[in-house]
Amino acid sequence: MSEAGDQQQSMNRADALFKALTIACAFLILLSMAGIFIELLRNSQLALEKFGLGFLFSKSWNPVTQEFGALSSIFGTLVSTLIAMIIATPLSVVIALFLVELAPPMVNKIVGNAIELLAAIPSIIYGMWGLFVFAPFMADHVQPLLADTLGFLPLFQGPPMGIGMLTAGIILALMILPFISAVMRDVFQMVPAVVKEAGYGVGGTTWEVSRKITVRYGLAGLLGATFLGLGRAIGETMAVTFVIGNNHEISASLFSAGNSIASTLANEFTEASEPMYLSALVELGLVLFLITFVIQVIAHLWLRRVRKSSGGGL
Amino acid sequence: MRAKVADNRFLLAGFVLLMVLSFSGLVYAAKITINGAGASFPYPIYAQWAYKYEKLSGTRLNYQSIGSGGGIAQIRAKTVDFGASDAPLTKKELDKSGLIQFPMVMGGVVPVINLPGVKTGELKLTAELLANIFLGKIKKWNDPAIAAENPNVKLPDRAVTVVHRADGSGTTWIFTNYLDKVSPRWHQLVGTGKAVSWPTGVGGKGNEGVSAYVQRTKGGIGYVEFAYALQNKLNYVQLKNKAGHYVAPTIETFQAAAANADWSNAPGFYMVLTDQPGDKSWPITGASFILMHKKQQDMAKAKAMLQFFDWCFNHGAEIATNLHYVPIPANVVDLVQQVWRSELRVGNQPVWQ
Repeated sequence: MSEAGDQQQSMNRADALFKALTIACAFLILLSMAGIFIELLRNSQLALEKFGLGFLFSKSWNPVTQEFGALSSIFGTLVSTLIAMIIATPLSVVIALFLVELAPPMVNKIVGNAIELLAAIPSIIYGMWGLFVFAPFMADHVQPLLADTLGFLPLFQGPPMGIGMLTAGIILALMILPFISAVMRDVFQMVPAVVKEAGYGVGGTTWEVSRKITVRYGLAGLLGATFLGLGRAIGETMAVTFVIGNNHEISASLFSAGNSIASTLANEFTEASEPMYLSALVELGLVLFLITFVIQVIAHLWLRRVRKSSGGGL
Repeated sequence: MRAKVADNRFLLAGFVLLMVLSFSGLVYAAKITINGAGASFPYPIYAQWAYKYEKLSGTRLNYQSIGSGGGIAQIRAKTVDFGASDAPLTKKELDKSGLIQFPMVMGGVVPVINLPGVKTGELKLTAELLANIFLGKIKKWNDPAIAAENPNVKLPDRAVTVVHRADGSGTTWIFTNYLDKVSPRWHQLVGTGKAVSWPTGVGGKGNEGVSAYVQRTKGGIGYVEFAYALQNKLNYVQLKNKAGHYVAPTIETFQAAAANADWSNAPGFYMVLTDQPGDKSWPITGASFILMHKKQQDMAKAKAMLQFFDWCFNHGAEIATNLHYVPIPANVVDLVQQVWRSELRVGNQPVWQ
């Protein structure tokens, strides 16, 4: 063979090797995910056999009588995440819109960097700040105000302790805000200028162009950003453990203490000495794994539908 | 070309630095480090003892305050050299795991409150009141039941916020053991354990977490080891003991409770000191225990551990009483060292002579 031919052969070999390596790495991820799921399933066998499906609907959490149920943890996880999403998502859209549409480019750059710095703060710092600074602020000012104005709603009744579901939700919102707004800002920056200028050209105001063109164009990206924040909020451990109050009760009031799956695992895993206790905690982990998986699937389906409906968007 | 050579030299320098840094750890590791984990109840005194002992002998003690349940789990898993627990294991449990257990120090668990307007140590509670507060039956501080016992105290119209432990805790074990003994309703509804199903309240992580929550919540009541109440300047209460007298938590009342303990007849040193008789006894006293494996692996480390404990027994009493812990009396130390001699081995060699 000629020299060129030899070179061609070695390139093919290198290509084949590269392909094999990348396939192996990708496969490793699938393998780890499957491995985690199998381990979770294996170690929660005891609890699965004893409690069955009732585990998901039982409120009790009694290490003395070894009666366990996931309902209060699931409730706490979902409620704190919901509060965080309700606060963080509209705020992020507005922040991103402001930075891209209205602010001078210098402000965009500086504030954009500041938001990314916020995302880098470790979650335990949020937890400590929440416990030592934010919770007393909530207890002394915010919660009494809410109780006075909206106290007729069962949501805002009960003693203003500072720590509780509402505080945990707000701290979570602060934590996921940088993630969601950073991605949304990037999405808005990718909207082609021609499309926006076309809107301005037919007489649209800034508000009309932003709402009907920019946001709609990037809807799939916005949704993706929201789900990114949701994924972070659902699994957040240390910040929530500090301020949620760690009480295995379900209450209608946002002022009351609760617990999330992650906070229960963080608190109780190291000392669960009885096998049934340990198995129940692993089953809680399995439940969280499944919840996250279901949310991923929903996100995927929803995104697909949005992409189809919003046409050639992002 | 020149840039490439410079790059290579830079890389080489970085590599050498990395190697030097990683091997420097070996020099530090030549000294013996003992790792222990467990109860947060004795953490203040263990930390002090470890600090003083390191200055005298160079042996480092690394103690992680993760709760009694954590201490038991870690020593069973052999990830630490010794475990610490306030909830004693029964002889059966000890034999099953191949462990020995001995008391290291005693102390008092104290209910602490955050009530503006009430002076430290001013509030008086009976056993029944304490149980009812933690059961959630008493919801306000100016409840007539509390006012009846405290006629001279101005009780505010505040909601009661119960603070308990979120993690598995020997302090909880001692506290619930007491409530279980004195309140039939508590015995029926909750029981004793390192972790229980609390009828009400919020959970803090460790004695440290409970202290923090009580400090930050007006109207809060929790239970902590006495050293934490002192260090965090928390407001503690007086309790009515078995003899019917109101006592404040002090070294004298802890010692009075500990005086009646019959250690020589306790298999595996299993001893509960709650609700002890005596005019001056503090009702919620407990001992904190050390757990070690009978079969040790490393003779040098095992000897170093026992030398540290021996130093604490013989020379650490003053430091202990300064922190309001009760040191183990000398006759019990003899019993403990007999157990060391007879039970602890490396292979067939006894560790302690």
